[in-house]
Amino acid sequence: MDLMIESLPRLLKATKLTIELTLLSLFFGIFVGIFFAILRTSKNKILFFISYYYSYILRGTPLLVQIFIIYFGLGQVEWIRESFLWIVLKEPYSCAIIAFTLNTGAYSSEIFRSAFETINKGIVEAAEGLGLNKVNTFFKIKLPIAIKQSLPAYGNEMILMLKGTSLASTVTLLDLTGVAKHIISTTFRPVEVFIVAGSIYLIMTFIIHNFIKFLEKKYKYN
Amino acid sequence: MKNIFKFFLSSIAALGILISSAQADSIRIGTEGAYPPWNAKDESGKLIGFEVELANWLCIYMKADCTLVEQDWDGMIPGLIMRKYDAIMAGMSITDERMKTINFSQGYADEVASLAVMKGSPLEGMDTPKAINLSTGGGNAKKALKTLTAALAGKTIGVQTATIHQNFLESGDVGSVKVRTYKTQDEVNLDLAAGRIDAALAAAVAFTDYAEKSGKPVVLVGPTFSGGAFGNGVGVGIRKDDTDLLKRFNNAINTARKNGKISELATKWFGFDASM
Repeated sequence: MDLMIESLPRLLKATKLTIELTLLSLFFGIFVGIFFAILRTSKNKILFFISYYYSYILRGTPLLVQIFIIYFGLGQVEWIRESFLWIVLKEPYSCAIIAFTLNTGAYSSEIFRSAFETINKGIVEAAEGLGLNKVNTFFKIKLPIAIKQSLPAYGNEMILMLKGTSLASTVTLLDLTGVAKHIISTTFRPVEVFIVAGSIYLIMTFIIHNFIKFLEKKYKYN
Repeated sequence: MKNIFKFFLSSIAALGILISSAQADSIRIGTEGAYPPWNAKDESGKLIGFEVELANWLCIYMKADCTLVEQDWDGMIPGLIMRKYDAIMAGMSITDERMKTINFSQGYADEVASLAVMKGSPLEGMDTPKAINLSTGGGNAKKALKTLTAALAGKTIGVQTATIHQNFLESGDVGSVKVRTYKTQDEVNLDLAAGRIDAALAAAVAFTDYAEKSGKPVVLVGPTFSGGAFGNGVGVGIRKDDTDLLKRFNNAINTARKNGKISELATKWFGFDASM
């Protein structure tokens, strides 16, 4: 119990990095996701294949493997180390953000794609009938509907991403899991520390869950 | 009915005796398999190294049936306490901090720690003595630490997590360097070679072994370290309540030292006699 209370301030401080990694990855991931979802609806075969295989590969391999390839893998390639890319790839922080963004982007693209596909053709035709051009139809009609449709599944993805950031500790970042491991390395008592860390994750999941619920209610059809 | 019941009882009793007698002579030893030349794995995944061979010898001497259990370094002591294995032989130094949680047998080998950098680093050519002992070094050690503090200011140094090397860097003896912790020594070596960290701290042999096998220009700099936060040699980690096992290991190690077995194995794996 003492250890739990003692470790709490350090773990809370580390939670800041976990939140930062989650929010930044989700933020960039949304754009990546929408971009590839649009490519997927493209009639151009090359664009379709790029989007299809991006999502297929990123969803078909473990996040741990992806972050290792980006951090340790690319660090072994000499011409990358000598290029401007190294400014970004040298830092574990940016490597983690890149890995998480690409990963959540792939899952989000699938969520958004299926949301776009469920849009009733009648609504789009009605919009065109009213004289809206393609851009307006997309931003004013299709995108809002798609976002609403994808909320439950996307909420799930947010929670998965939050938990996924725990892998940042494998590339030396001291996020919530990283600091928990660090405390265990000197106290040798994993149970107490992981209970506190787990509880902090649970609280954050609870917040995301209710945030999504709130949005779902707000954008409900009447 | 009564007979069947009796049969059950007696078979349970027999089973109990079987299990307890099997337990008495079987020892599970936890090791990492990722810290050459102490313990490592060959290409087929088989455990090899100084401690693997030493463990085999000690077990034959103790007439025990031993199994080696692989365990990630950062869970090594928790794993012992949770009875995943009964002893640790994983290049683990005997330190006061660890002694609060577990017992150690007498040390069987010792080797010094050192900083390593890539060739051409500004840290090369530091003006320090060849070796310092933090317990007995006195003024000499203090002077060397001062030189190191100045040279390492603002530098990022990589270490394996939960090691004496991490403890030393975080003790403030060399000022407030930026410490980056890795799960394995392999990862420390990779990031040192990639240039993500300015220097790394580990057992000196861990670097010379890596330089030799990878062909990368990794060089040792500064003094070699011993004593103080670096502990008093490497021993077998055993649970506090397992005093019998501790005695058996101490006996076996004593014999292995006297008959030269430890020296022989240490010379084979380290290239010099690291026994103690």
